[in-house]
Amino acid sequence: MIRITVGMGSCGIASGAKPIYRALEKITKNKKNIQVVKVGCIGICKYEPIVEIFEKERRTTYINVKKSDIEKIIKQHIKKGNIVEELLISKKILNILDEPFIKQQNRIVLKNCGEVNPEDINDYQKREGYEALKKILKEDRKEILETIKKSKLRGRGGAGFYTGLKWESAFYQDSDIKYVCCNADEGDPGAFMDRAVLEGNPHSVIEAMIIAGYVIGSKEGYIYVRAEYPLAIERLKIAIKQAKEKDLLGKTILNSNFSFDIKLRFGAGAFVCGEETALIESIEGKRGEPRKKPPFPTIKGLYNKTTLINNVETYANIPSIILNGSEWFNSIGTEKSSGTKVFALAGNINKTGLVEVPIGTTLKEIIYNIGGGISNNKNFKAAQTGGPSGGCIPNSLIDVKMDYEDLKEIGTMMGSGGLIIMDEDTCMPDIAKFFLGFTVDESCGKCTPCRVGTKQAYEILNKITKGQAKEEDLKELEELSIYIKENSFCGLGQSATNPILSTLKYFRNEYIDHIQNEKCTAIKCKNLVKFVIDKESCIGCGVCYNNCPVNAIKKIDNKKYEIDQNKCIKCGICFSKCKFNSIKKI
Amino acid sequence: MRKVVKTKILKIIEKNKYSLISILQEIQKEYKYLSFDNMYFLSEELKISLEEVYGVITFYNEFNLNPVGKYEIKICLGTVCYVKGASEIVEEIHKLLKIKNKECTKDGKFSLDTSRCLGCCSLAPVIKINEDVYPHVKRQDLKEILEKYK
Repeated sequence: MIRITVGMGSCGIASGAKPIYRALEKITKNKKNIQVVKVGCIGICKYEPIVEIFEKERRTTYINVKKSDIEKIIKQHIKKGNIVEELLISKKILNILDEPFIKQQNRIVLKNCGEVNPEDINDYQKREGYEALKKILKEDRKEILETIKKSKLRGRGGAGFYTGLKWESAFYQDSDIKYVCCNADEGDPGAFMDRAVLEGNPHSVIEAMIIAGYVIGSKEGYIYVRAEYPLAIERLKIAIKQAKEKDLLGKTILNSNFSFDIKLRFGAGAFVCGEETALIESIEGKRGEPRKKPPFPTIKGLYNKTTLINNVETYANIPSIILNGSEWFNSIGTEKSSGTKVFALAGNINKTGLVEVPIGTTLKEIIYNIGGGISNNKNFKAAQTGGPSGGCIPNSLIDVKMDYEDLKEIGTMMGSGGLIIMDEDTCMPDIAKFFLGFTVDESCGKCTPCRVGTKQAYEILNKITKGQAKEEDLKELEELSIYIKENSFCGLGQSATNPILSTLKYFRNEYIDHIQNEKCTAIKCKNLVKFVIDKESCIGCGVCYNNCPVNAIKKIDNKKYEIDQNKCIKCGICFSKCKFNSIKKI
Repeated sequence: MRKVVKTKILKIIEKNKYSLISILQEIQKEYKYLSFDNMYFLSEELKISLEEVYGVITFYNEFNLNPVGKYEIKICLGTVCYVKGASEIVEEIHKLLKIKNKECTKDGKFSLDTSRCLGCCSLAPVIKINEDVYPHVKRQDLKEILEKYK
């Protein structure tokens, strides 16, 4: 039997996987020994569309496949058994498992993503799927709880609370109705591991939620997924339907006396709904404004009943822990936090995509061993973790262990796993401004420190990046940031100024440079940059002259050109159009 | 309000078991936006205040209070597009379709929206009609472009 898989996550489909899948299906229609299967995202977007061929003892990965390549794959590979070399990652790498980016990872959550067919429950069951559920239905609920506690699994959504303790709290509540919720409102810009899991292996989350329901004594679950993930929603719907057909979900599951049902709720575009109490409000159909904590959701959650909320990635760990035991899980990661964490590696780095590594792996290992180093041979400047709620890690701390406590100590946080790498050309006040802009847009408006404070902080940053700030402004920015952190109502506001505080901590000089010398050393801030033409290398081709939208470029003697600084609007078109690098930013 | 609309909304309410956000999402899917009449009817049916309904609608980015056309025109007003004459394009569309920003033509074909940056500055000025991107748009090209969708 030959199994041909086509990567059909959102990214694969956007790169053109659909016509490839259809064509393969058509060609192999009447061939019983060939099976064409759609799979989720394996986590290296730049290789999409990916087609893999699994034979008895060989797995072959073809990347960036076009529809026109299919004939060749069929003729050469399927019929004759010869590898189509030009479609491999490189001559030495036969399949994706040998690609250093994947090889150096330790995949638990993403284990089946990119291999299992997310729309076929049988495929999941062939890979130990729902075995964990079958196992626990025979066990004592307290024992399972003990396993989860001992596993030292922590919340992967950001805060890192011990999952076992959360389950225990819900377990001991004497509530007539209990709910199990899954937070799939992945809103951090740049993070997409939850989408990859839901699109690539939705059954792992569903199985874990059923297990959670059994343990805490709940009959009803909700998955709150953002409406921006239509494919994830589609696959969840299919998965829930199939699980019901197999008697794994619904009434009297697998002939036990345990019943559990899962409903879907869709977010409507609000970042704050990733906060658990705001999410609860939103499931109830209200404005997604956070509630006061305590009482925590395990005491008073959805419809004021005991509610257990975990994030997608957290749930995806559960079946493996049940099957392999807590000791196995403890052997991965650090003493306080077991297991792995998935990071969405992006920015100025050679290889971007999803990286799952044991907790405690250093930032340096992720950047250089897995990510292949900084792109364009530039130098590493800083990494942002935790998206708009996190902070930056400077080069001097590149050996930091990616663990909840270690990151907190240096002023950032694990967050949901966004990891943006920035090179020497990045301006840190500008980055802080970018993240603050996001929070200003997404603040729900319930409390004043966050609603008004972030806006004011943004205005000060705006002044700084325009070179219009005074030294008092910096002091005010710092005070305001601390005030917002200490006085905001929910986690979103309390962490909103982390990007400012951490860049102030490690890159204060840059702020001072912007204020005192009106200079942006990274030459990023438009108002502080001047475009000039280098007369030595300019050959006088006139491309800049022709493309300038405001006629700021004049012709002077010897076919040379000059930029009139009074007219220049700093759009940078001449800079990008010049083929001889004669336009300089200073 | 037409009876057909009423029955449809009642069905949506029933199906979504009175969960406001799900109901709004489905009404928007059906009618592309949330009209005042429909919301008034909804608030009476659900026995909640109109204010509460609007509170939820305006909280979430997904909901539209104005009609959206069959073809959604997005004009990029990023810095580069702006200096390359995007405001002229907005003006021309106002003239050709007789709609302003966030409005929809009477026949429901076109609606207009502006965007902070569509992220293709090297093609400026850019407009997008549903999923089609038009680069280097000139004022005089617009009539021909819109003709394709009429």
